[in-house]
Amino acid sequence: MTFFNFIVYVVIGVSAVLSYFVLANWAHDYLVGKFSKKNLQDSIFRPWIFMAPALIILLVYLIYPVSETIRLSFFDNYGREFTGVSNYVWAMNDSDFRQSILNNFLWLIVVPTTCTFLGLTIATLADRVWWGVFAKTLIFMPMAISFVGASVIWKFVYEYRGAGNDQIGILNAIIVYFGGDPHAWIAIPFWNNFFLMVIMIWIQTGLAMVIFSAALRAIPEETLEAARIDGASEVRIFFYIIIPFLSETIVVIWTTITILVLKVFDIVLAMTNGQWGTEVLANLMFDWMFRGGGDSGRGSTIALFIMLGVIPIMIWNLRRFKMEQER
Amino acid sequence: MGSIELKKVKKWFNEVNVIKGIDLKIYDGEFLVLVGPSGCGKSTLLRMIGGLEDTSMGDILIDGQVVTNFPPSKRGLSMVFQSYALYPHLTVEENMGFPLKTAGEKKNVIKNRVEKVAKVLKLENYSNRLPKTLSGGQRQRVAIGRSIVRNPTAFLFDEPLSNLDAALRVDMRLELAKLHQELKATMIYVTHDQVEAMTLADRIVVLDSGSISQIGTPKNLYEMPQNLFVAQFIGSPKMNIINYRDIYNSSNVDEELRDFLLTKKRVANIGIRPEHIKIVKNGKGHVKATTDVIEYLGADTFVIVNADTLGGVRIRCESNNTLEKGLKIGLKFELSKIHFFDQEGTNINI
Repeated sequence: MTFFNFIVYVVIGVSAVLSYFVLANWAHDYLVGKFSKKNLQDSIFRPWIFMAPALIILLVYLIYPVSETIRLSFFDNYGREFTGVSNYVWAMNDSDFRQSILNNFLWLIVVPTTCTFLGLTIATLADRVWWGVFAKTLIFMPMAISFVGASVIWKFVYEYRGAGNDQIGILNAIIVYFGGDPHAWIAIPFWNNFFLMVIMIWIQTGLAMVIFSAALRAIPEETLEAARIDGASEVRIFFYIIIPFLSETIVVIWTTITILVLKVFDIVLAMTNGQWGTEVLANLMFDWMFRGGGDSGRGSTIALFIMLGVIPIMIWNLRRFKMEQER
Repeated sequence: MGSIELKKVKKWFNEVNVIKGIDLKIYDGEFLVLVGPSGCGKSTLLRMIGGLEDTSMGDILIDGQVVTNFPPSKRGLSMVFQSYALYPHLTVEENMGFPLKTAGEKKNVIKNRVEKVAKVLKLENYSNRLPKTLSGGQRQRVAIGRSIVRNPTAFLFDEPLSNLDAALRVDMRLELAKLHQELKATMIYVTHDQVEAMTLADRIVVLDSGSISQIGTPKNLYEMPQNLFVAQFIGSPKMNIINYRDIYNSSNVDEELRDFLLTKKRVANIGIRPEHIKIVKNGKGHVKATTDVIEYLGADTFVIVNADTLGGVRIRCESNNTLEKGLKIGLKFELSKIHFFDQEGTNINI
């Protein structure tokens, strides 16, 4: 029965969309033909009719939430009373917020750079050894794991048991085996940020590596041979020929991961929930918005800061994309 | 100095033997052309000399020094590729200066050398352009410039003109010939185009499935091909190869030619170039024939005639004739220009 319902809904939905386009187009031709003597093909209304559904969806699901968020950021915790810029003033003076901004910056600098660097290095080196394909498969595999899933895995890696107990976390197990003392890694301020970043790097390096591998294949063999004949060493070829060849790919990967990192949330939530100085903007926003009764004003303010961070990169990305299209 | 010697050089790609033992001495300042049909191993041999392919067996010597296991960069050679292989992100100037830069030359030295070479190759006005803004001919000039700048021991060319259109190819061919006269450097040139081979080479090496079929000057190869393969590969249109028995048994062939052929023993095939057959009136000459196809090329006309059991025979003649399809004619062979090949395809004239 449910399956039958499902079919019915699909049919209704598809035919509704189809009939919208057909009927709207027909109505347009009828009305324009009646009131205007111009050629029907030149009508300025037709594009709008066809774009309308997409525009409406964009309006409802993108423009409205953004403007509502901006509005809420100027109101109190229930979104009822206008409070001016007090939420922003609060944010500037809040130590958690400052910590988050700082940590986000740290993530922004470390993760995309490391992923790009590792991805490129592994892609280059893996082509030169017989077990390269195997290595690449292993490195690519974490891509299939969700951030939360990965966090659970790494929580076990960093797991801490008091000295004298059996260490079930592999990191502490190794350290104890070599005679060291176990540590509660994710609770060591400042450095624990890097332990969390490792998870993101572990997942994203696979993506960078796969894309770089493909891009490396696109470099004509003869160009590299020419460089070899010209007396260039392999290191020189890498820096003077291969890297410039890959410059566009490097930018694409770097920006993709940058945008992802700006929104980092799941890993921090699952690993530390922002404790021990690992707070990031997205987790802080979630905290204020939905926990302890909720404060839509402060939550919205933090959300806007995240958006402010993403927008410049998006604009730059779109510009570059447009330039590539025009070339 | 730039003499190169190959001693019993062999190459396997896994189980496939692509170069089957080549001995070759290339003299200083020589323009040597490697020709052969595709798959004969000419490019592989060149890449082995350049160090881009390993040598499975044998030795390669440059100026008397064994370089078989040297990487390309240590051999002091330069190479021009069919696809130009320019560095797309570098300007013309930077492309040409790259070998000097890797050699650690000073900036002003690089600049001077590059400017000098750019002038020779008429590239002065393009020094700040990127390769993608240049035409095919200009790109190939940049590639040649890049190979010249550091005075290599020898130049390797891997079908450098194959990507250019016909007219440009002829121009560049001439420029390469001039360049060789100017630089007096050793050049090894791979091509499948026999016109390039004939016009540029001091000596031609004809390769046939991984071994040398014949080495000689262009004139030498044309006039005295050692075997059927070279006879058919050099010369355009191809030499006519006619089965000896077909000629002997044909009622279309006259006594004079028959008697002449009897002077040689162990002949399996005879060969005669299209330009060494004359068309004469019906009933005269050595062979009776009927014209079949007439290919008018302007200065020359190629006529393909049917001559009984001899099959199709191609003749090159001047264009001021009144030939048409289906005409009965006679063919007069220049007897002294006939090549005799035995069962193995070896020329027994020599």
